[in-house]
Amino acid sequence: MGRWAIAIHGGAGVDPNLPEQRQEEAKRVLARCLQLGVDLLRAGSSALDVVEAVVRELETDPCFNSGRGSALTRAGTVEMEASIMDGRGRRCGAVSGVSTVRNPVSLARRVMEKSPHSYLAFAGAEDFARDQGLEVVDNSYFITDENVGMLKLAKEANTILFDYRVPLSGADTCALAAAASDNANGMVMNGLPISIYAPETVGCAVVDSNGFTAAATSTGGLMNKMTGRIGDSPLIGAGTYACGLCAVSCTGEGEAIIRSTLARDVAAVMEYKGLPLQEAVDFCVKERLDEGFAGLIAVSGTGEVAYGFNCTGMFRGCATEDGFMEVGIWE
Amino acid sequence: MGWAIALHGGGGDIPRSLPPERIEPCLATLHRCLDLAVAALQAGRTALDVVELVVRELENCPHFNAGKGSVLTSDGTVEMEASIMDGNTMSCGAVSGLSTVVNAISLARLVMEKTPHIYLAFHGAEAFARDQGVETRDPSHFITEENIERLRQTKEANRVQIDYTQPIKVQPPTDDNSRTGTVGCVAIDSSGNLAAATSTGGIVNKTAGRIGDTPIIGAGTYANPLCAVSATGKGDSIIQYTVTRDVAALMEHRGLQLKEAAARVVAGVPLGHVGLVAVSASGEVSMAYNTPGMFRACATEDGYSEVGIWPEADADANGES
Repeated sequence: MGRWAIAIHGGAGVDPNLPEQRQEEAKRVLARCLQLGVDLLRAGSSALDVVEAVVRELETDPCFNSGRGSALTRAGTVEMEASIMDGRGRRCGAVSGVSTVRNPVSLARRVMEKSPHSYLAFAGAEDFARDQGLEVVDNSYFITDENVGMLKLAKEANTILFDYRVPLSGADTCALAAAASDNANGMVMNGLPISIYAPETVGCAVVDSNGFTAAATSTGGLMNKMTGRIGDSPLIGAGTYACGLCAVSCTGEGEAIIRSTLARDVAAVMEYKGLPLQEAVDFCVKERLDEGFAGLIAVSGTGEVAYGFNCTGMFRGCATEDGFMEVGIWE
Repeated sequence: MGWAIALHGGGGDIPRSLPPERIEPCLATLHRCLDLAVAALQAGRTALDVVELVVRELENCPHFNAGKGSVLTSDGTVEMEASIMDGNTMSCGAVSGLSTVVNAISLARLVMEKTPHIYLAFHGAEAFARDQGVETRDPSHFITEENIERLRQTKEANRVQIDYTQPIKVQPPTDDNSRTGTVGCVAIDSSGNLAAATSTGGIVNKTAGRIGDTPIIGAGTYANPLCAVSATGKGDSIIQYTVTRDVAALMEHRGLQLKEAAARVVAGVPLGHVGLVAVSASGEVSMAYNTPGMFRACATEDGYSEVGIWPEADADANGES
């Protein structure tokens, strides 16, 4: 029998000035989701069931950028994406352009298990969801007032980043001034000042008591993205990967994660260089990202947990069978 | 050293019994693409330009499963996808769900060069195409009689079908040895820059909205300063095994040469599921496949060139040449 382990994240690239209350709320949600996973693992659930259940919980809570609480496209709508991978046998499922399915990670799992394909997107994904009888809601369900406000700031910030002559005025001046100064400090992620950037994505990586791994990742994506934009989260090898050696879920700047095939690289480095989990994670975060900002969580097939990030903070939690359990945001 | 180029028009269950009128146009296109690529490389064009122009040529040829001649979804429509990667900068671009864009690979390059994103799909990609003023045609332009017939046969057989079966009565001899399609090109230019590009219509009778390996970086396409790789075959396997990324990973972490890395990756994927073309920073070329055949061609600056479909009689069991 193996030893189980679980790691979760709620996104990398956190505003260092995030109000204390928001930090506490985030840690509460992380702790609750982590406990859910731990309880399931103690009861003998499979890695695949656990990652789905935990990511569903993270999607449902509006605190993080996935499912309800997703970042908005430049059209003010929500387009969600997710992927899941079963380390036992490498099966995978992914969806993009999901706008009415309550839990995209569950749709990704259905694609893996009930369709002849691995990845469905937009209308095709929505139709499949209905065929499968998954719970669907109006797109407005996913939209929070907070993100409507953030979209507005993001649109203005995109102007600021390109033209410092734009005069600041009105109630948003403080946020915009902070944004401008963020940019001056260089704290920008995916083209947005860190105070406006919505840390993208939630994810979970698990090894169960049989030694089988699974990983899942879900997101609303980049605030103010072009409609139709796909990020790293639904891409196997980039945002999500699981095999016998490890399971990985990534978050951060999509371009950096895609170019570096970050999730796959953690496994490749373990497999081809023989590095243990934490060293593989550190290697990839340090050597693979160049100027990109990202983070990841990982578990190994032998029950270890690890995480790493090269940006300002990553919402995360991890627990192992020997009783270790922690949630955190900063280094 | 010097420049090198390799291209493919899809690997899969290509029966040796294919009649000449099916084979000749494909071989002619492969020859033409090789000539175009060699001329461009000799003229000092960049690898990125060359892989794009070759894939455009393959997309425009109605006999390959990309652009015009793409296989059809279960709705009888065309949904095209492509990706491109610059090994020097490791920038990349990808598109999916295109139905009117004549050259998906060029749109993928525009995503890479003109947007802050890497990957655009479906209505968002089509809208971007119009913003950029790329050539678009009515969806019917891409649909060929051959592919209408393929879809009809597949629906009758009620399964997802191989690409290169003759569109008449013959039932394919093998069953799951049957995924194919896709075109691709890899190159290293005279400055030592590497690039890879891949484009496809997908698989016959696919669910509308289905995305395969082709637009997924590390699966269907990959390039870094060590090598450039483009894959073809069973999309789900190429995704699961991160085929193109793994060739580079073996070179990097295990110090393998290109041919050995490519052979190992191909051998590690289930038989009949994958083919790839690859070039390395040292000008090596590999065209490895574990499918019965793969439409392919390559040329290197020292004058070597090759065009083929099946393993040569004296090639090794992997079909490496």
